[in-house]
Amino acid sequence: MQTASPAAIQRTPLHDVHVALSAKLVEFGGWLMPVQYGPILDEVRTVRSTAGLFDLSHMGRVVVRGKDRVAYLDRICTNHVAKIPQGSIRYSLFCKADGMPIDDLLVYQGVDEVFLCVNASNTAVDLAWMREHAKGFDVSIEDQTQAIAMIAVQGQESAAILQPFCQGLELAKLGYYKFGFGAVCGIEGMRVSRTGYTGELGYELYVPRAKVVEVWNVLLAAGAPRGLKPIGLGARDTLRLEAGMPLYGHEIDATHDPVSAGLSFGVSFAPEKGDWIGKSALAAIAAAPRWKLVGLRTEGPRVPRQGHGVAVDGALVGEVASGSVSPTLGTNIGTAFVPASVDEARAKVEIDIKGKRQEASFCALPFHSRTRR
Amino acid sequence: MRPNDRRYTETHEWAKIEGDMVVVGITDHAVQALSNGNVDDLVYCDLPEGGLQVEAGQTFGEIESVKAVSDLNAPVSGEVADVNTAIEDHLEVLSKDPWGAGWMIKIKPQSKNLDHLMDARKYEEFLAAQAH
Repeated sequence: MQTASPAAIQRTPLHDVHVALSAKLVEFGGWLMPVQYGPILDEVRTVRSTAGLFDLSHMGRVVVRGKDRVAYLDRICTNHVAKIPQGSIRYSLFCKADGMPIDDLLVYQGVDEVFLCVNASNTAVDLAWMREHAKGFDVSIEDQTQAIAMIAVQGQESAAILQPFCQGLELAKLGYYKFGFGAVCGIEGMRVSRTGYTGELGYELYVPRAKVVEVWNVLLAAGAPRGLKPIGLGARDTLRLEAGMPLYGHEIDATHDPVSAGLSFGVSFAPEKGDWIGKSALAAIAAAPRWKLVGLRTEGPRVPRQGHGVAVDGALVGEVASGSVSPTLGTNIGTAFVPASVDEARAKVEIDIKGKRQEASFCALPFHSRTRR
Repeated sequence: MRPNDRRYTETHEWAKIEGDMVVVGITDHAVQALSNGNVDDLVYCDLPEGGLQVEAGQTFGEIESVKAVSDLNAPVSGEVADVNTAIEDHLEVLSKDPWGAGWMIKIKPQSKNLDHLMDARKYEEFLAAQAH
């Protein structure tokens, strides 16, 4: 029985396409999304060996304009927005005064605007936070989540698949975490970024809502001879974990700060950035960290899952943040928070699943990455 | 129609009387939901040791797929008398033969009454209602 509700689950403009592809659909972050079109592990292998096509229209897309946009964003972002060159993208977070994240995001430095891509599950909270802190700044905040859809092509074949449909956009010259505008499938002014959540060469495309089905179908048909397949959020989660990338609600959330999660590259204490929300709390954590995020791999049968205990030299001291079967490594993997004092080179580590211990080993993060090749 | 020689729980276990024992397994629907039709998606099955006392509705083990872990719940109260440990290394048997070779445990029940469980027809109706 389905009940109608005012907060109905949203559908992306590609919903009917997913249904036609026999995707298994699940609710994720308030959206009905394809979790898989076929076996999840096969989808992971497809992205690692050829390329995959993703519907990311559930993610939040926000444009900030106005003369104070950079100063304003430097007040609410952890990274140093003024230092981002035009055409570049940086990872950042929004944190509360206690240093705990509201969300993580990508920040695109445009000519006269800054574009933000945020998590689906946090979009409403982000927008409320952004508007609350906009007072006193000459800025405008526009939610483009409905107007602009988003798809990604990820994998070694992605540039070869996408380039023939691009005009005025040379993908080979687009560096990692850079973006440009050009015509894609004849649609002018499309934002294309060399970003992704897979640890592979790949591109994210911001497509006008009315055109996204057409672009999806053209790319999927043209890419099929190179192995391009549609990929669901299940595989995406494994791909991002193998790539050592955080997911809000796992490596970061209202009780897990970015410094402990190893995300200091997205946190700037530069004096020129001035004061920002969460700075002093995160500086204190950085000065005396209590926790650190580590990678784990285990040859045992059980998959590490969020909330499983982590025992170091026999003592239960940590907790798993994320886990997955990893077809790329051929073993089960996970991330976990352990005390900062743990010596990974010497300590013996086990995963504790309801009191049952399974041998594991520490593993450097990321488990896999080819983004900069 | 699923086998009518046994009864079913709302958590997709089946229970079948065999002599003094109640044999317990999971339904094809449970296997399908966990594995999405891909047997390699099943990664682990944790079954109890013999001798465990279980209550009806209580968890006796876990089955794990690539993306999820599900509890295995006892359909009746009693003592676990036998365990099909072969499953743990051959999860594919759950797809191939969930009604026979895929049995999980045998319970020596406090009572052989299965009236609190659904028969095959009611289970089919239950699944149909869930699908809407």
